Amino acid sequence: MNTTAISETAPHHDEHAPAGIARWLTSTNHKDIGTLYLWFSLFMFFFAGALAMLIRAELFQPGLQLFQPEVFNQLTTMHGLIMIFGAIMPALVGFANWQLPLMIGASDMAFPRLNNWSFWLLPAAGILLIATFFVPGGAIAGGWTMYPPLYIQGGISHDMTILAVHILGISSIMGAINIITTVLNMRAPGMTLMKMPLFVWTWLITAFLLVAVMPVLAAAITMLLTDRHFGTHFFNAAGGGDPVMFQHIFWFFGHPEVYIMILPAFGIISTTIPAFARKPLFGYASMVYAVASIAFLSFIVWAHHMFTTGMPVGGQLFFMYTTMLIAIPTGVKVFNWVATLWRGSITFETPMLFSLAFVFLFAIGGFSGLVLALVPVDIQLQDTYYVVAHFHYVLFSGSAMAIMAGVYYWLPKWTGRMYDETLGKVHFWLTAIAFNITFFPMHFLGLAGMPRRIPDYALQFADFNMISSIGGFVLGASQLLFLYNVVQCIRRGAKAADKPWEGADTLEWTLSSPPPYHSFVTPPIVK
Amino acid sequence: MDTPNCRNRCVGPFSRASCSLLPALSVFAALAPASGRAEFAINLQPPASGLAREIYDLHSLILWICAAIFIAVFVPMLVALIRHRKSLGHQAAGFHDNQAVEIAWTVIPTLILLGMAWPATRMVIAMKDTEKEDMTIKITGHQWKWEYEYLGDGIRFMSNSSTPKEQIDGAQPKGEHYLLEVDHPLVVPAGKKIRLVTTASDVIHSWAVPALGVKQDAIPGFIRDTWFKADNPGTYRGQCTELCGVGHGFMPVVVNVVTPEQFAAWRQEQKDQLAAIAASAGKTYDMAQLKTIGEKVYAANCMVCHQATGAGIPNVFPALAGSKIATGDKSGHIDIVLNGKPNTAMAAFGKQLSDLDLAAVITYERNTWSNRTGDLVQPADVAARRK
Repeated sequence: MNTTAISETAPHHDEHAPAGIARWLTSTNHKDIGTLYLWFSLFMFFFAGALAMLIRAELFQPGLQLFQPEVFNQLTTMHGLIMIFGAIMPALVGFANWQLPLMIGASDMAFPRLNNWSFWLLPAAGILLIATFFVPGGAIAGGWTMYPPLYIQGGISHDMTILAVHILGISSIMGAINIITTVLNMRAPGMTLMKMPLFVWTWLITAFLLVAVMPVLAAAITMLLTDRHFGTHFFNAAGGGDPVMFQHIFWFFGHPEVYIMILPAFGIISTTIPAFARKPLFGYASMVYAVASIAFLSFIVWAHHMFTTGMPVGGQLFFMYTTMLIAIPTGVKVFNWVATLWRGSITFETPMLFSLAFVFLFAIGGFSGLVLALVPVDIQLQDTYYVVAHFHYVLFSGSAMAIMAGVYYWLPKWTGRMYDETLGKVHFWLTAIAFNITFFPMHFLGLAGMPRRIPDYALQFADFNMISSIGGFVLGASQLLFLYNVVQCIRRGAKAADKPWEGADTLEWTLSSPPPYHSFVTPPIVK
Repeated sequence: MDTPNCRNRCVGPFSRASCSLLPALSVFAALAPASGRAEFAINLQPPASGLAREIYDLHSLILWICAAIFIAVFVPMLVALIRHRKSLGHQAAGFHDNQAVEIAWTVIPTLILLGMAWPATRMVIAMKDTEKEDMTIKITGHQWKWEYEYLGDGIRFMSNSSTPKEQIDGAQPKGEHYLLEVDHPLVVPAGKKIRLVTTASDVIHSWAVPALGVKQDAIPGFIRDTWFKADNPGTYRGQCTELCGVGHGFMPVVVNVVTPEQFAAWRQEQKDQLAAIAASAGKTYDMAQLKTIGEKVYAANCMVCHQATGAGIPNVFPALAGSKIATGDKSGHIDIVLNGKPNTAMAAFGKQLSDLDLAAVITYERNTWSNRTGDLVQPADVAARRK
């Protein structure tokens, strides 16, 4: 992309942010809010990760050792809920806040005050969620999917969780509106839609998904609330309702939600791979169309989460075919990344290592998704550890590793300092190897018939569970290196160049590192 | 609560004995299951029905196709990563966009998917064809046990996990079929098409036996159906596969497939037992008899929530020891056991247990732990309060 930017290395005359805590509480600056989102999600990542360590400790061997089933179910449920709503989604919104204005040459987000509110709702929801562990009866324990009638049986934590998810949903919807408005209205002169960096495209499409489906989730959990307290019977057959209807509504939200977590990750990878291959993305237009196709398809595949509920033949076949179709645009994306690498001039800095692992491991998650799409095979594998393996391959080695790639890639820009490359590579290799030790054996466990969400298991599953637990502990501990590296980078990293990556070509690299507090006050001209 | 760090952990439905064990010490003891079962099994269980065999073959086919695609995609990537490095002085080419290539990598996957969809479609239709069955069994999921009813025969029984909780807590060595054993397995004849209709009384459960290729959710208020035809006599094991609360991991499914002759004999035996129970309807029992029966009924139905000590789980499941219901008016106690309590895990046991079992367990609860009412509840008392 050919750009001429007005360099703004000089301190700006109207930098009048309040100091100390007030700066963060009242900030309407997209960079500050992006930073807040990223720290919040990092905290939640470690919190929910700690829950996962406890799960793996209990599953280290057969029998009940550390936790009774009641507590174990709380651990699995809250691990899922917090990772999705507290770690992955806010991290990606943090990227959006930092990067979208910088990448489209805008001075800030379109609605800065709304932006402040979007973020500050999150700690409220986070505190509410974590507090559920300490109320009578403990946290919610029926799975992050909140299926009734089990959810109706729970105690006060179930109401607190409904409130927390409502707050998170409001935050997401406002964030999405902000993103859509910013991208559609605040692009620099000359930046047409088809000149936008792919990361911007993926977030634009993701934001539309959020606006479309978060209200659906809100409706579903409101119906749960009224069923619990106000005598309605939406999901109670005895009153004319249907428990399976909840699953339809939930997954109408839930499947697009999966893509909300992966599309911006695609955007990050489509930024880093061309940068470190020093070669333009092979098929920019087809990548945009592939993302749009995936987003569209996400609305018509939801019932593949429900093949064992007993749908009619026509329903099973329809959802099987639409689900298989997703493999086509997803394949297009993987082929494009590989074609971009082909005959490049490749280097292997930490962000590139994470990006390459993403392509490789996400593809495994894609293949296991294709296996699960086939109804007869899904009947065997539904609600087994195979599904657990599948969604960790797309969510951890997918979303989370793309987020790590993005953090290492943009950290020099955000902080003006370089992270420790050696430490970054150690973090990468430990993460990639431990991840596979943890989750690859779960495919075998699922095939052999081990159900998910059980605190104890039959003896033939013992060996793989122990291997998986050992991998899990290493995986968890390795993330402390990530935290250390980020903190050290901020505190005493070497000064970063304005453009530390030779092949990077988007607008943010035309600014200083770190960028001025108010950047692109005069928009750059994109040719 | 023996140690401080147990305070928050030991609030579950099983015994607290495990808390005093150092988990690390029992690691290696648990590692030596010397049974003949396939350790490190990496594929679907050996199929024992036509459907399961077809699923196995379909999965193998898909796996090989995926492996071939994986190699086709990632070998070029590896070649690029090895040869096209900057450190080897490789210069980046500038090419991008090639319509022919892009059409090819859209059309070829589409054709491969069509090839996968064809056998899968045939199988979906076969799996959904529950007609022309030889017999029908109604399966009802309860928190946390299965109820089997042979429609038309009047045979109906509960199937509870029979793994002792001492094994779960590590106080005893674990048996070969740890967590996969029940007191009353489902018994079916080999070579016959068995239609299953599933439902549930409280929350959603899922009845699954991998070797037979069956998994069907059991949904309260609705009937779903599926089927299987087992090839040969044998014992096939599975578990509840839909999270259904505290006891979800302890709700096994065991199917005994027998020859048609053995099945006919078993069916007659069950009918004889039912007749004997019906004959005993008007009988009265003394305290010792009722408490002996009641203790077993309590262990199978009540203990997961209300605990062996009758103390419940604070703030989750109420205590029975010293409770108003279990020490107050007899009829109130009978009513809650018969009818359950809506929107809680307290099930309506009137539909699940016989008058004798109900009378025995209520008598047991009123005369155990700190409860000393001295009340005797006879089967006739229970029958009188059924609506």
